[in-house]
Amino acid sequence: MRSGLFFAALLAVVAIVPAAPALEPSEELANPALEARAEAIGGELRCLVCQNESIEQSNAPLAHDLRLLIRRHLLAGDTDKEVVDYVVARYGIFVLLDPPFRPVTYLLWLGPPGLLLAAGLMLWRRARRRGGAPPPPDLSQEERTRAAELLGGRS
Amino acid sequence: MLVEIGHFALILAFLVAVVQGVAPLLGASAGVGALMDLARPAALLQLALIALAAAVFVHAHIVSDFSVLNVYETSTRNLPLVYKFAGTWGSHEGSMLLWVFMLALFGALVALFGGALPSRLKARTIAVQGLLGCLTLAFILFTSDPFVRIFPVPINGRDLNPILQDPGLAIHPPFLYFGYVGFSITYSFAVAALLEGRIGAAWARWVRPWTLVAWCGLTIGIALGSHWAYYVLGWGGWWYWDPVENASFMPWLLGTALIHSAAVVEKRETLQRWTVLLAILTFGMSLVGTFLVRSGVLTSVHAFAVAPSRGIFILAIIALVVGGALVLYALRAQSLETGSPFAPVSREGALVLNNVILSAGMATVFLGTFYPLFAQLASGVKLSVGPQYFDRTFVPMLVPAIIAMVIAPTLHWRRGRLGAAVRRLAPALAGAVLAPLVAWLFVPPAPWQAFAGIALAAWAMLGVLTDLAERGGFMRLSPAAGWRRLRRLPRGVWGQSLAHFGVGVLIAGIAVSTAWRSERIATVRSGDSLKIAGLTLNFAGVSETDVENYREQRARVVVERPNGESYILHPERRWFAVAQTSTVHTAIATNGLADLYLALGDPDGKGGWVLRAYYNPLVPWIWFGALIAALGGLVSLTDRRLRLRLPQARSAAAIAAQKAEPG
Repeated sequence: MRSGLFFAALLAVVAIVPAAPALEPSEELANPALEARAEAIGGELRCLVCQNESIEQSNAPLAHDLRLLIRRHLLAGDTDKEVVDYVVARYGIFVLLDPPFRPVTYLLWLGPPGLLLAAGLMLWRRARRRGGAPPPPDLSQEERTRAAELLGGRS
Repeated sequence: MLVEIGHFALILAFLVAVVQGVAPLLGASAGVGALMDLARPAALLQLALIALAAAVFVHAHIVSDFSVLNVYETSTRNLPLVYKFAGTWGSHEGSMLLWVFMLALFGALVALFGGALPSRLKARTIAVQGLLGCLTLAFILFTSDPFVRIFPVPINGRDLNPILQDPGLAIHPPFLYFGYVGFSITYSFAVAALLEGRIGAAWARWVRPWTLVAWCGLTIGIALGSHWAYYVLGWGGWWYWDPVENASFMPWLLGTALIHSAAVVEKRETLQRWTVLLAILTFGMSLVGTFLVRSGVLTSVHAFAVAPSRGIFILAIIALVVGGALVLYALRAQSLETGSPFAPVSREGALVLNNVILSAGMATVFLGTFYPLFAQLASGVKLSVGPQYFDRTFVPMLVPAIIAMVIAPTLHWRRGRLGAAVRRLAPALAGAVLAPLVAWLFVPPAPWQAFAGIALAAWAMLGVLTDLAERGGFMRLSPAAGWRRLRRLPRGVWGQSLAHFGVGVLIAGIAVSTAWRSERIATVRSGDSLKIAGLTLNFAGVSETDVENYREQRARVVVERPNGESYILHPERRWFAVAQTSTVHTAIATNGLADLYLALGDPDGKGGWVLRAYYNPLVPWIWFGALIAALGGLVSLTDRRLRLRLPQARSAAAIAAQKAEPG
């Protein structure tokens, strides 16, 4: 559940199943280092049946199963990458909240820096087209005072 | 009978909106004053009719008239009165009614208070607003009629969605919609100006207050929504880059850019074309925000298939409103004069940078939000774009804008000197270097981004204070003289300073709460205790009672401070029998610097309860910051009004104050 869902609920489009979220104490691993790794991995994986939550935050039975699965694999000695690869192999890249850099996501990842670059280039070319002569400096303090006096207080 | 009157009023409002949208436009282009004069009464009548319809709708909810389908679906007999009232905008139909009410309200406000506007521009603005009203009212009447009856009349309703039964529902949507819809008036002004073919300082001076009003509403609306999410979700988070959150954030980003670019148009008569484009796109994003999210297209592509008429209607409205304005823009923008030149390092230059970054940031949020949809349509690949994406693209993008935010107000128009500005801001720069160092020495280790955030927050807050101190001349004059000078500063400068300071507070809140939050999750029984951030939480059991339309499970947790003082918190769960759902009601103790946040989880069936405890340092600053920024917007508004009404009142004193400031 996230705030977004409030709006969605406002719109009465999505059915909502609110309750306390996520990870339950009984699932936690005894080894704190392993548990921290499990939580980090869980935070990167999307709960497949929810709106937009990671499996660490989700309440759904599927998320519960996945949390246990991650912990089982970690206990068996898998590396973080192996665990993630295992889940991706089963559910596809849809489970990755952090989208990988692949042809299908080139536009996604290169879009923002590309936009900034394009905007910068456009501004630079515009500035050059305007010619090398920069505009004259603004009025000096004395000129400003004089102008204010000449305008008689109607600036 | 009453319900049918409401329905009829809505149909009449649609017809009036047609007149309001067509007659003044014809009058303005043909030069027929009588037709132009229709704008004002039509705008007022449209508002009155929609208000009547809304009143009837609210009445049906309050008396629980279950013969109205919408009341049956979203209310129940023993629902508390405040939620019977607030629940009127808790459904799709009701929220559309609120939306169109705001639209008519803004049109009527221009009709009433736009006295100083040239009559043609005013007539055209109100007419465009009328056309927007036409579209929305048609949408409501044809696809989302709130007054549909059912027969036989049910005995009881199906209850308002429990998660909406919260005071947040009463205040958050009205503010959000006020903001969304407020940008409609900027849009109408922009389209009217394109029709006129002229945009100057005067236009910007009329548009800016309206933009500011809308921006303040949206800022408060988003902050309230985020806070609501925070205290009700039960996991201590406050923003997740969810499509629906992004939908409200996108118009906010463009609206913020718009305020700044309109300032350039007003002061320097340049950037007119860009400002008009921005005004169109800002409202376009508001439409995307309210409508597209509502259609469900973002969370599921199948939503269109579920309610095809609604979805296609929505797309048509967006295409017409944004596309139509852009076509007009393409035809007319060339005729708008281009303004006076300026150097890259100047107040204008800094504001252009601000605009580029805010717009690119908006585009990034847009890309991240809609990419899953595009990818699936284009290549059939299902993918997710989570918070990690936005943290990595959007957040770093904003850093230069925040650095520039502090420098910009100290630069001259046309041509500034960066060196002088940095010297002027030396104390802030020193603070930005020292603050993270001090934090690094005294707090537990954290990722470097947290310290970067602290540096940025210190830079923003101290930068504003340094600038004010310079303007007051505290370094050269006595404190008393400095205060006098500060008091004479235009309200606009105060508003800007407050808003920028608020951004600094917000960044501090985000950085510190993200890096140094701590959490404990445990199954506890009566008598157990839990330690978090130096506090001891003693769990003293759960009591159950029936309240109004729900059953309440209320825990009692005694929190002991290290010095032996203690206080009691009551995290709750509520079970709603009619809706068959339960909600979490967190208990939060805050001292303005940190929150202790408790959420009661499920019982384990053996007398134990899951208790989640979070300690979130500086998290309240996130909402303080947003509110300070919104307050800055309001303060700026008072300046504008004074100047509009009394242009001669800018006495010698004001000029003396202006001499002191660089710009």
